[in-house]
Amino acid sequence: MSVFRKAFYWLRNPWGKPRWLAIITILYILWSIVPVAIAILFAFNHGRSRTTWQGFSFEWFTGPTGSVLHDPDLQGALKHTLFLAVICVLLSVPLGVTLALGLQRWRGPGSGTINTVMLLPLVTPEIVMGVALLILFLDVFPGFGLGTRAQAIGQVTFTLSYVVVMVRGRLVSIGPEYEEAAADLGAPPRDQLRRVLLPLLMPAIIASAAVAFALSIDDFVVTQYLSGDASTTTVSMLLYASARGAPTPALNALATVSLVITFATLGLAFFLYRKIAGGSGSDTAQVAAMEV
Amino acid sequence: MVEVQGGLGLGSRWTWRALALPGVAWLTVFFLIAFYAVLCVAFGNQDSLSQPVPFWNPLDWNVGYFLSVMHDIFHNGPFLTVFIRTIVFVVIAMALCLVVGYPVAYFAARHAGRWKGLVLVLLIVPFWINYLMRMLAWINLLSPGGWGTRILHGLGIEWIFLHLGLLSNPGGWLDGQQSTVILALVYGYIPFLILPLFAALDRIDQRQIEAARDLGASSFSAFLRVTLPLSVPGILAGVVLVALPMFGDYYTPDLVSASTKTNMIGNQIDEFTRQGSEKVSGAVLTILLSLLLLVLMAYYLRTTRRAGQEAGAEG
Repeated sequence: MSVFRKAFYWLRNPWGKPRWLAIITILYILWSIVPVAIAILFAFNHGRSRTTWQGFSFEWFTGPTGSVLHDPDLQGALKHTLFLAVICVLLSVPLGVTLALGLQRWRGPGSGTINTVMLLPLVTPEIVMGVALLILFLDVFPGFGLGTRAQAIGQVTFTLSYVVVMVRGRLVSIGPEYEEAAADLGAPPRDQLRRVLLPLLMPAIIASAAVAFALSIDDFVVTQYLSGDASTTTVSMLLYASARGAPTPALNALATVSLVITFATLGLAFFLYRKIAGGSGSDTAQVAAMEV
Repeated sequence: MVEVQGGLGLGSRWTWRALALPGVAWLTVFFLIAFYAVLCVAFGNQDSLSQPVPFWNPLDWNVGYFLSVMHDIFHNGPFLTVFIRTIVFVVIAMALCLVVGYPVAYFAARHAGRWKGLVLVLLIVPFWINYLMRMLAWINLLSPGGWGTRILHGLGIEWIFLHLGLLSNPGGWLDGQQSTVILALVYGYIPFLILPLFAALDRIDQRQIEAARDLGASSFSAFLRVTLPLSVPGILAGVVLVALPMFGDYYTPDLVSASTKTNMIGNQIDEFTRQGSEKVSGAVLTILLSLLLLVLMAYYLRTTRRAGQEAGAEG
């Protein structure tokens, strides 16, 4: 056999797992993650270059000048991003949970329409929502204006759908039996909700809060469209505005900090979810893949 | 299907409607009315400072601006160029996503074995990395003297791109190259394709493929006649999920090309609306983009709702 035929045979591996598929998968995973890993590495560069390695240091995180900790622009962007994320969770989770509860049990005229409208933000390109809200806040309610309030509203509008979908998934799997039992035992509606349904929904509420937080931190289009003055710049907006300029590795450091916060939140939610929901990893994988 | 009559459980059906009310009101104002406002601006007028004067009553709507954009499109104007470029970019990027993503999803779903969990986590990770950070990573790599530029030069890939006319000058990956924009789109959105495809391939009953093999099909023909047809819904879902954000993208070309030669429809809308030069035309283009994507959105919503109902039936 020639070398090529041998190589071909080895890759195809007809009596086992096809090795060429494994190789493509490994290459894909490396391609998808290594560039970001290099960007994180350069956040620790000892020098101003983002292309030449000059030794390891924390200067772009905590150094006296131009670091994430001491540059007012970087710090302002990080604070504003986190502030918006907290507001987004505080608004979208209660709105989404009540909407999910309402839609799940409401089977009357109008419920079909609302079900469709509720899913629309998931499939609408963000630029369309951005333009629509921009026009709403500038031309329909001219006094409202742009800035933090508008940004928070925009983010809640699209994260709401994710919360509803996740909470409804849990409601379907719980089924109506528990609240019916509570009703039979004489619990008034308020107690059925507070003492039966909400505790059962807790895993989904935690997961959706984490997802809303992460979506808010990573959001760019809607947040940029609805931003006002420089004080409403977020991390994503700063990355967009400075990536092509001549930034220092402080930009990489800022992106790294925001990445760590996102993954820490999702990790914490994953941990809590497993603790409360009792194991079953497949649910959690679904939750992690929720953006689909 | 879990059917619960309004009277059962928590009090009257009005309790449920009252619970849904705040969310419904929110979506009505910030989604439906906002979208209606885009229509009112697109079919409105503008003052001498090109500020929009929306017409709130559909009976007053002025189709003048809409027609002038359509006239531009039908008479080979600049909007037509941008629309065609957008469609070409998205179709090529989508095809590349599928060529790379299918084998990966297939391996993860069927052959990863005990590594399946780890592979799945690694496929999900890019999802939660800020899109802008992922682009920043490539800007660092592809800038002159960057590690990526040097590796592409060393491997001869730069030479191939130069000779195929996909790169205009050595090391100029970020100077308005269409090929860079398309590859950046692939990099940015491919996770959205792999996950639904993985889910579809993972659901296929192994026994159906074994039956095909037992009946004498080669592994290739079993793939072609069993696995591939059964994965079509996953392919379609993935393609739609990738196409929708790509059509609305403006930041990827801005970041990796920064040239008007690679402007997509999103760049045109962004320039007209957010940067604020011609909001009325921007609103018209937004409507046209939404119409273009309506089929894709409707398809995805229909399948999602059906899947939701089936899940309800099992639950």
